[in-house]
Amino acid sequence: MNDLSNPVIIKGGIGDSPKRTEDHRFLSGKGRYTDDINRPGQAYAYFKRSDVAHGVIKSIDTAAAAAMPGVVAIYTGEDIAKAGIGGVPCGWQLHSKDGSPMVEPPHPILAQGKVRYVGDAIAMVIAETTEQAKDAAEALVIDIESLPAVSEMRAATAPGAALVHDAAAGNICFDWHIGDKAAVDAAFATAFKVARIDVVNNRLIPNPMEPRAAIGDFDQSSGEHTLYTTSQNPHVIRLLMGAFVLQIPEHKLRVVAPDVGGGFGAKIFHYIEEAAVTWAAAQINRPVKWTCGRGEAFITDAHGRDHITHAELALAEDGKFLGLRVNTMANMGAYLSTFAPSVPTYLSATLLAGVYTTPAIYGEVKAVFTNTVPVDAYRGAGRPETTFLLERLVDVAAKEMGMDRVAIRRRNFIPIDAYPYQTPVALMYDSGNHEATLARCMEIADWNGFEARRAAAAKRGKLRGIGMSTYLEACGIAPSAVAGALGARAGLYEVANVRVHPTGSVTVFTGTHSHGQGHETTFAQLVADQLGVPFESVEVVHGDTAKIPFGMGTYGSRSLAVGGSAMVKAMDKIIAKGKKIAAHLMEAAVDDIEFKDGKFTVAGTDKSKSFAEIAITAYVPHNYPIEEVEPGLDETAFYDPKNFTFPGGCHICEVEIDPDTGVVQLIGFTAVDDIGRVINPMIVHGQVHGGVTQGIGQALLEHAIYDETGQLLSGSLMDYTMPRADNVVNIHVGTESTLCTHNPLGAKGVGEVGAIGSPPAVINAVVDALRDYGVSHIDMPATPQKIWSIINAGAPRMAAE
Amino acid sequence: MYDFEYHKPGAIDDAVKALGADAEAKALAGGMTFIPVLKQRLAKPSAVVDLAGLGLTGIRREGNALVIKAMTTHREVAMSSEVASAIPALATLAGNIGDRQVRYRGTIGGSLANNDPSACYPSAVLALGATIVTSRRRIAAADYFQGMFTTALEPDELITEVSFPIPEKAAYAKFPNPASRYAMVGVFVAKTAEGARVAVTGAGNDGVFRHAAMEAALDQSFTADALKDVTTPESLMNGDIHAGTAYRAHLVGVMARRAVMACK
Ligand SMILES: Cc1cc2nc3c(=O)[nH]c(=O)nc-3n(C[C@H](O)[C@H](O)[C@H](O)COP(=O)(O)OP(=O)(O)OC[C@H]3O[C@@H](n4cnc5c(N)ncnc54)[C@H](O)[C@@H]3O)c2cc1C
Repeated sequence: MNDLSNPVIIKGGIGDSPKRTEDHRFLSGKGRYTDDINRPGQAYAYFKRSDVAHGVIKSIDTAAAAAMPGVVAIYTGEDIAKAGIGGVPCGWQLHSKDGSPMVEPPHPILAQGKVRYVGDAIAMVIAETTEQAKDAAEALVIDIESLPAVSEMRAATAPGAALVHDAAAGNICFDWHIGDKAAVDAAFATAFKVARIDVVNNRLIPNPMEPRAAIGDFDQSSGEHTLYTTSQNPHVIRLLMGAFVLQIPEHKLRVVAPDVGGGFGAKIFHYIEEAAVTWAAAQINRPVKWTCGRGEAFITDAHGRDHITHAELALAEDGKFLGLRVNTMANMGAYLSTFAPSVPTYLSATLLAGVYTTPAIYGEVKAVFTNTVPVDAYRGAGRPETTFLLERLVDVAAKEMGMDRVAIRRRNFIPIDAYPYQTPVALMYDSGNHEATLARCMEIADWNGFEARRAAAAKRGKLRGIGMSTYLEACGIAPSAVAGALGARAGLYEVANVRVHPTGSVTVFTGTHSHGQGHETTFAQLVADQLGVPFESVEVVHGDTAKIPFGMGTYGSRSLAVGGSAMVKAMDKIIAKGKKIAAHLMEAAVDDIEFKDGKFTVAGTDKSKSFAEIAITAYVPHNYPIEEVEPGLDETAFYDPKNFTFPGGCHICEVEIDPDTGVVQLIGFTAVDDIGRVINPMIVHGQVHGGVTQGIGQALLEHAIYDETGQLLSGSLMDYTMPRADNVVNIHVGTESTLCTHNPLGAKGVGEVGAIGSPPAVINAVVDALRDYGVSHIDMPATPQKIWSIINAGAPRMAAE
Repeated sequence: MYDFEYHKPGAIDDAVKALGADAEAKALAGGMTFIPVLKQRLAKPSAVVDLAGLGLTGIRREGNALVIKAMTTHREVAMSSEVASAIPALATLAGNIGDRQVRYRGTIGGSLANNDPSACYPSAVLALGATIVTSRRRIAAADYFQGMFTTALEPDELITEVSFPIPEKAAYAKFPNPASRYAMVGVFVAKTAEGARVAVTGAGNDGVFRHAAMEAALDQSFTADALKDVTTPESLMNGDIHAGTAYRAHLVGVMARRAVMACK
């Protein structure tokens, strides 16, 4: 095995940037997505969805619709109930402060009794064509008695508010807390000053480029069900859908997630349509395909964020943080999506220390049901919310204290010699160097030269601002025992099967899933590097429960840190076995065999066998230690991480505001991240670019807006502002790595850092640009209208004020 | 979309006949607005009459007018040297409509027939006092626009071309809706033989309109400064999730001043 600390970069190995293997097919239109798959005899499903946010289903008359041309079957919630089909489950259970479990209302795959959000599925119409299914859906006679709806959390928690679920009094799902309240109260009692902030973390709509799709297939002869679906984690879907919804045992259920065109979290969750088409295919004994429309995606893909938070930071006279108190309301939407409860709690509040030594922290989270699309993890999942809160609050604190924004951060950084660092909110950070990423980022962004640029901009009539965020996040989820103790209903290890073929080429089967991340390239590099085989002779396979032993999929920036570690473990087994075979062939002791650069060598001699020679020997075992070693070279490893991984870094953003229109123009963006070991720098840059672009989208552009009746006003790309190329600038990306101390690769994760670190950097820059207007906070998105209103409300205060 | 008959006539008369024979028939130009409407099942035409075979593309100079045929795409207008030399503002306007795909397909006739309150062309037509030439008559701009998505066109009447008198100078300033990139506020300013003209699109609650106060101010002095104190009544403004009425009213002023400064 090659020494990971070896700075020599092998072509196609760790540290090299080969172009992405998968891009050949993606860029030439040859990707094979779920909707590209067609099964013989396939029928098409269309879901009739509620157009009211809340109502009682009085009756559904399917007679006229059933008589329409091409209709094969129509199912309603009543049919689902009769068939004894369970609701889609929630994968994470939380308990309230008083020890009671969260309220977990059933989420039937077709609405039963009530509809609870615009988009809630009422009936599934299956026909020979999608158009016929749509025609028939229009002929359904559905009588819904509208009820008052609650779309916003403050309204939902007001006395007398309409109840989304009768079981959830006051629309509260859980009322949870973490940390030491008494210690925090004591800290505030001694505070020199207290900085306060109220922030709204704006609700987002993920919008992966490929809308969701699902095909259910049933083989009557074998009794096997197959689901093709746009999922980030086919094994998780098999578990959730098989065990909890349809009661199909694993050996009779195959889930395939082929090429997937972006997920960003929205394709983690088990959605009702997956269960509906799988079940229906067996009912009608025909494959059933459903493809989500873009408009339908807006009202059915789980949304992200939507937190309202009040926070207070107690400060000592020297600027040291003494205590932090945080109170959050988190919107769950109408039903609990798969990981929803974990997002504002264990993926968010556990990071309230950030990169700072705050000794006492107390966080409270109320999760609230509303008549809106379910809300769940979206790129960053909980960590962007906390990072935004903290990094805004630190800026406010600096102002409150009359301190420099950089100085107050430095004063409170966790020093490098304090690692491993136990935070007051459960997590134990293994590594990090905040000063290094800060210093490097400030240098690249020329932080110190900013005031001159601001003055020059002022001459041009523009308001220029600069902002930073120094952040840390927890990913690489997750140690199963810890996750289990925190409420996860699954383990969070990862699985790799490394199959060396007789001629020395290698196929790696991974339980992670790639939907844009470039795993086929990165993992091939990892394997090529470690086994000393050419990059081109490594194939990476994911996304099929029939091929891959098991796996938990891709989310929470876990694929390299957890999935890659499983590969390293499997390769260790391959190498150990190869040494035994090599020892036999070269008549040496196993302990004397060294493996390096694809060669098994007898230490201190020039006797060696190539990896390919060992592979062929393993499959053609004529001269072989057959008594001790089995033929074949194929190893599987399960890797359960020892801890979360903790990437972090510094992001700096520079903006200019046009005071006439309130338009924010990005001038510069620099991200220096500590993501641990980098396998492919080009892919890492791409991940940071994408993440930062999403962060800029959240900070300046994107906002899912419901009216008070629960209608989504930003329900299409004509009204929901996705970031585009001209909304961003060239993003300077740097890495400043400390290695993760507890996984074999030293890898931390890069999938989400861009989206986590960037929003506060942008808003801190915007607030800085408006420093003469006496603003201390602007909620996201900082739209031109909001900024113009601030400018319009007050002429600049004189600097002396 | 629902099923419909598809016709592609080769002559304007046949197209008009096809539309006249069937009250539920609709014309199709670039399809940039119409096809999404069909796909979302928001319209159920019995027949679609494709105008692509009528030879209605082309741009020509006719005396002191620039004439653009109805099926001329936004891209063709943006790239035309004829337009660039006669009314450069029009080329700029067309070149900033939507995105590249939309500009390759969308047409001036489709845009004017649709009269979307945030479309760009209506402001140019109104400010320049253009004439909409149809299959049966000539309609003055002032009579043509009748509020949001409403025009003087009869159901079986087709726009064939638009004739723009060439102004002394003109410019269009657009504040795009951040999501759709249509005009959230668009102001077309022109110095014409009849005086200063200012038409505002995107902002009004009744579609495109002329800004009399601004025109009067510019007749006094055709400078951005002349507009400094001219306000726009909020009561005329449209409000939505991107911009309320006050902000839109403010932007009308900003865009008008920018247009005046850009006039050439
Ligand atoms: C993403 C996007 C962004 C856009 N941004 C802008 C923008 O920034 N500014 C802007 O101005 N526009 C914008 N548009 C609209 C674009 O300009 C379209 O071209 C225009 O809406 C319609 O033109 P069309 O040729 O596609 O017409 P179609 O969609 O084919 O037809 C539109 C309507 O006009 C009727 N019609 C078409 N031609 C004629 C005719 N000759 N006579 C009578 N009736 C006719 C049709 O029956 C139909 O009702 C945008 C569109 C999209 C999709």
